[in-house]
Order: sequence, then C-alpha cells, then structure tokens
Amino acid sequence: MSEPEEAIVSHTFSVLVDNEPGVLARVIGLFSSRGYNIDSLTVSETEHEKHVSRITVVSSATPMVLTQIRAQFERLVPVHKVRDLSNTERPLERELALIKVAGAGDARVEALRLADAFRATVIDATVNHFVFEITGRTSKINQFVALMEPLGLVEVARTGIAALSRGPKGIFDD
Amino acid sequence: MSTGEPLNGAQIVLRALADQNVEHLFGYPGGAVLPIYDEIVQQDKVKHVLVRHEQGAGHAAEGYARSTGKPGVVLVTSGPGATNMVTALADAMMDSIPLVCLTGQVATQLIGNDAFQECDTVGITRQCTKHNWLVRDVNDLARIIHEAFYVATNGRPGPVVVDIPKDVQFAMGNYVGPHKIRHNTYHPKVKGDMEAIRQAVDMLADAKKPLFYTGGGVINSGPEASHLLRELVQLTGHPITSTLMGLGAYPASDKQWLGMLGMHGTYEANMAMYECDLMFCIGARFDDRITGRVDAFSPNSKKIHVDIDASSINKNIQVDLPIVGDVAHVLEDFLRIWRDRAHMPDKAASKVWWSEIDEWRARDCLKFKPNKDVIMPQYAIQRLYENCKGRETFVTTEVGQHQMWAAQFFHFDEPNHWMTSGGLGTMGYGMPAAIGVQMAHPDALVVDIAGDASILMNMQELSTAVQHKLPVKIFILNNQYMGMVRQWQQLLHGNRLSETYMESLPDFVKLAEAYGARGIRVEKPDDLDEAIKEMIEVDMPVLFDCRVANLANCFPMIPSGQPHNKMLLGEEVSDDDVGSAISDEGKVLV
Ligand SMILES: Cc1ncc(C[n+]2csc(CCOP(=O)(O)OP(=O)(O)O)c2C)c(N)n1
Ligand SMILES: [Mg+2]
Repeated sequence: MSEPEEAIVSHTFSVLVDNEPGVLARVIGLFSSRGYNIDSLTVSETEHEKHVSRITVVSSATPMVLTQIRAQFERLVPVHKVRDLSNTERPLERELALIKVAGAGDARVEALRLADAFRATVIDATVNHFVFEITGRTSKINQFVALMEPLGLVEVARTGIAALSRGPKGIFDD
Repeated sequence: MSTGEPLNGAQIVLRALADQNVEHLFGYPGGAVLPIYDEIVQQDKVKHVLVRHEQGAGHAAEGYARSTGKPGVVLVTSGPGATNMVTALADAMMDSIPLVCLTGQVATQLIGNDAFQECDTVGITRQCTKHNWLVRDVNDLARIIHEAFYVATNGRPGPVVVDIPKDVQFAMGNYVGPHKIRHNTYHPKVKGDMEAIRQAVDMLADAKKPLFYTGGGVINSGPEASHLLRELVQLTGHPITSTLMGLGAYPASDKQWLGMLGMHGTYEANMAMYECDLMFCIGARFDDRITGRVDAFSPNSKKIHVDIDASSINKNIQVDLPIVGDVAHVLEDFLRIWRDRAHMPDKAASKVWWSEIDEWRARDCLKFKPNKDVIMPQYAIQRLYENCKGRETFVTTEVGQHQMWAAQFFHFDEPNHWMTSGGLGTMGYGMPAAIGVQMAHPDALVVDIAGDASILMNMQELSTAVQHKLPVKIFILNNQYMGMVRQWQQLLHGNRLSETYMESLPDFVKLAEAYGARGIRVEKPDDLDEAIKEMIEVDMPVLFDCRVANLANCFPMIPSGQPHNKMLLGEEVSDDDVGSAISDEGKVLV
C-alpha cells in the first residue's frame, strides 16, 4: 500500500518523566512495539528531589509519524511534558564520546594533532595509546571518529544526545 | 482519610476497593494472594465472584465494565494466574475498557530469583496495559490502588495492573483514602479546543453530503454522550453509521441510522463513507476493518475527528480538523454553538443526499435466501431479536461469523447493551463477559451469541454461571465449522479447508446438563421460536445448540485491500466471485 511519499526527517524530543521504575522500559517498549526508529536515547535523573528524569530521544520518520511519536509519549502515564525541540529555533544538541586510539610513530602524532584541532582532550595515555574525550554535535563526533579510523581506532563509547532549547524559556513555558 | 489504626497490606486492599465503591470482584485464588483472600472471607462489602480460569475473570470484568460504565476489578495470583490474565488485558487495551487487575507476586526478597510461581508481571503486561505498578512498600499501596482506578477510568479508559508481593500484603502500613490523591502527571484533556469546535460547526453547516461516523468512544464517554449525539444527529437530519464497538450509542430503530460500517457493514453505510463530502468521526479510530484500502478511503470528504486520545488522530488517515477531547464535552460545546448560530439544514442538499442513500438501501444488502428445512444463521438471530424485544436485553458475543451476524441482525437502541471483542477479536470472550454483565444486572436478559468453536474456549465458565445462579443464555450458532476462518479459506485459498471443520464437537445438551445448566437443541426453523421462548423463560443458564446451515457466508463484505465501493453482496455473488475477490496484495492484509 503506497502511503503518500513524505520525506524522512530527524527530530529531537525532550521528555520529562517521573523517575519511577520501568519508565525507560516503557519508552523503549513504545518505540519497539510501534516500529519507530531510535537514533539516540539518553536518560538521566535531572531533579533528584522531585524524582524527575529527562529523556532525550532522536528519531527519524515522516512528519505524520513524528506527530504520532509525540502523542504516544504524551499518553504515557508518568510523562510530565513532551517537547519536540526540532520545532524550536536551532536547538542545542551535544554528545560526549570517549575514543581509544592505539599506534605509534606518525599515526600517533597525527591523532594528537587532530585531537587538538577538534578540542578533544587526552584523558588516558601510554606510549602506544590515547583515550580522547570529545564533546560536540553528533556530526563533529562522527567526523572525528572517521578521521581516527586509519590512525589506529580501537573503540568508541558515546553518550547519545543531550539537548535543550535556546533562550530563557524552559520546557514548561511552551 | 487516614484510618488511624494500622492495617496490613491485605486489609488496605479491601479497604481501598470498598472506598472505590467496588461491589464485585472477579478472581481466582493462589499462594501469592492468600492474605487478600483471607480478608475477603471476613468482610461483606465487596462480593467475590469465583471464576474457573483467570482469563474468564478478565472478560467477566470487561463485560461488567462495558455494561455499567464502572471499572471492572479482578484479583489473581502470581505466575500462571497473571499470565492467564494477559489475553483479557490485551483485549481491554484494544477496546479501551477500564479494568483494575490486582495480581499477587512472590515476596520482594524473592523477586528475580525464579521463585516458585514467579513471573515478571509488570514486564509481561507493560505493553498490554495503560499503566502498571509493582508495589514495594506497603505505605504506597493505598495510593497506588487509588491511582490505578484513576488511570483506568480517566482519559481513554484501559486496563491497569497492580502487582502486590506477598510480604507487602502481610506488612503493616498506613491507609490513605481516594480523595487525598492528585495524580502527579496524568491529566488528560477533556474539553475540546473552542476554535476547532467553531470551525467544525462551519464545516458541518457547509456540507452537502455529511455523515456521522461514530465508535466506542461515544459509549466510553458515558450516557450523556449518546444523548448529545442523538440530539445532534436529529437536529441536523444527517445520516449516521457506527463501528462494531459503537453500536447502541444511536438507536438502530431510527430512520437516520444506516447500520454498521466496515468490512461486514451495510452497503449503504460503506457507500455513504465513500461518497460523503464531510465525515464527522466521533470516538472512532479509523481501524483497518473500517477503512479498507487506505489510499482509496473516502476520497472526496473533509474529515473531522473527535477523540480523547491525540495518538488516534492522524494515525491511519490524515484528517482536516482534529479535536482532542471527551465526546460528551465536545458535543455539548458543538451543540451550543450550532444552536447559537441557528443553522438551518440545507433542505435541498439533504434531499439529494438522502435519495442517493435510499438507492443504496434499496439494494437490501443483508438479504439472504430463506430456507424451510435448515435454519439460516441470519434467521436465527432475527428470531432471537424478535423474541427478546420488549425486555431489557444485553448481548455479548464470541468471535466469528456469528459475531458479525449478531451485529447485523440484532438491533441496539441503547448504549452499554452490546459487548463484543472488537479490537483483539478474542474467541472465548462472550460467555465470561455475559457472566460479568449478569452480575451487574441480575434481572436483565443476558445472551451470549456464540459459535461452536469459540464457546469451547472458555466453556468452563458455565460452572461459574451455575454456582452464582446467573441465568445467562448461550445461544450457539452451531455450523460445525470455524465459520469465519472457513469463509476466508474459501475466499483466499481455493476453498481448501484446512483444520476448520469442528470434528468431535461435544453434545452441547448433555454438556449443559453435566454442568447443571439447561441444554436445548433446535434443528428446524419451525421449532425455533418455541425453543427461544423456553430459553428465555427458564431461570437458569442455558446452552442453546442452534443447528444452522453449515456453509453460509457472512455478507456483505469488503474484500481485504479493496475500498468501500467494492463490496460483495451476498445475494449477488457467485462462488467464482468469492474465490477471486481478493488480490494477492489484499491477502497479506487479512
Ligand atoms: C483466541 C482466538 N484464536 C483464533 C482466532 C481466529 N478465529 C477467528 S474466527 C474463528 C472461528 C470461530 O469459529 P466459531 O466460534 O464456530 O464461529 P463461526 O465463525 O463459525 O460463527 C477463529 C479460529 C481468534 N479470533 N481468537
Ligand atoms: Mg462455527
């Protein structure tokens, strides 16, 4: 059956939830049972006293499905508030990655030089390896990882995206 | 209200149920709920109805809920007790039925150890409940139970599970009453956006060929919603159809009623869906049994969609005007604005629209060939309906052809009188649901229109009916086949009937007697009325074995993958048409 062809776009949702047991499973269950993509997912308690966590999800889909995703979030019982950050002006999105590179000689020098250019910091090193820490937009990290590939890339750990809207207003000020 | 005296967890459960005005609890005991059962036997506010299988408790609670508008409540043990409830929870989830299910769980210190009769109940039921809770602290128990009732019944209703470990049932703790609870996060919106409602009024006023397409949401919204719907439909003079779940919200005896729509709906309802220029969808969700082929769905209409669940809007079909809110609230505002503007119906346009509809009606799509020797299933339902007329009658069904014939030939004039498993299509739903309905309405006539295959899925519940003196009538359209599946095999698979003949069916009359119920068998059309009267008159549960034509097909029908204007009409199709009605693409959609 041919749905009207619509472009797939990527959106970032910020979701405030009560930090109760199982809330992450609920969110993941929602995505898997309805066949939505998760490109990135981060969860962490943000206000300890109020037991509130913020979930940041990046998903790519047609605009109709993205509206669905938002509505599906809103009907989860422990959800306080959902915001589609991609509907705000240039949302702030950052990711942190730890990148392990092993090697010697020219490759090692080149890795360090590139790390410097990308403002990655060395957080562990021996004579034949570095672990870099880098923060930035996903595209920047992707680029850095790609550059490390031929220089002895061993492994990468990434946090997924944390995001906020610009300006003085918070999620409840919509 | 804090009670002052300390209570143990089991006492808190009973206290909370009583404070929620729960009169009936459907359940089945086991090790992990022993403390709660020990409290049940020592009180008389909440009446416990013992079933024979936990799935039965679930469907009974669904029938109870659907026929009263109150939440159904069930209590089952851990492990297999909880897993046996899963089908009923999934059923209630699909059909938006408020259920509160309490499950026992192994003691907190054993959780995760694969203890005896342990299962991850909250994990297993997460996707088939609106919400669920594992209670780890007895001091949270009362609050969680009250929240559970709140969540089950507010917004779009649905099932919830509260999993209570055995040590929590024994532990002493504080009780809080229901009025102390304000939910932290869940506050569904009931009022519709006024600007959108004004726009809807304009759209309806401008329409030449409008149609009301209504669903179970009208019933869930409460009697006031049905009342307002009737007012609106009669005020405007426009035609109305409904989904399977919405039957009874608008009286079937009224001339503006077009009958049910969808796969086995009437020709006039489906043609009106296809040809209308304004579709006013109220509390329905554009399910695939309703829409048929999506890209050819009602091509020329503007669509308004009223639903309390924003996620139902634009899910399958893009609409022009969404209104998120409770049906009764939205209709109330709509009617007020409509009246203020003193819209007069466009008589000329209405006349043209109705004459078109009358032509479709004239096709008489539910016509079937009468037979003097064998009972036609449609005829059986017609006679059942005629004989039930004038009594307060509630009808439940199983799933299959009989369910569709019941929807087509039994007519409902009131909401909450028709309970069927629509979304999940659960065979075995009808008898336990009837038990739940009869529990809530002891003096009413409650009939389960059943199939010979479906009824065997929860046959054991006849014992429940006998124990609790519930005179439910199980009206089996016995065609000796899983008729609906056989029909599909004929349609899709060259009439190669694979495992759909019901060999070795029990003797239903003897079976009834074995349970202590009454059995009645009818084989000839001429004996039908007399037998139905007897069934209604006897004050005990009855298994009615109505032998019907074995190979009748259920028409009219929109073959899968086809739009509304490509219906097959029973009287007009040959076996060849039936065999080639569904394309290869349609086959996967079945
Ligand atoms: C629990 C369950 N299993 C299987 C099915 C698939 N199914 C749908 S209708 C049907 C046949 C029902 O036969 P019967 O109860 O005799 O009704 P009839 O169609 O003959 O009226 C089956 C097997 C189902 N809906 N539910
Ligand atoms: Mg059958």
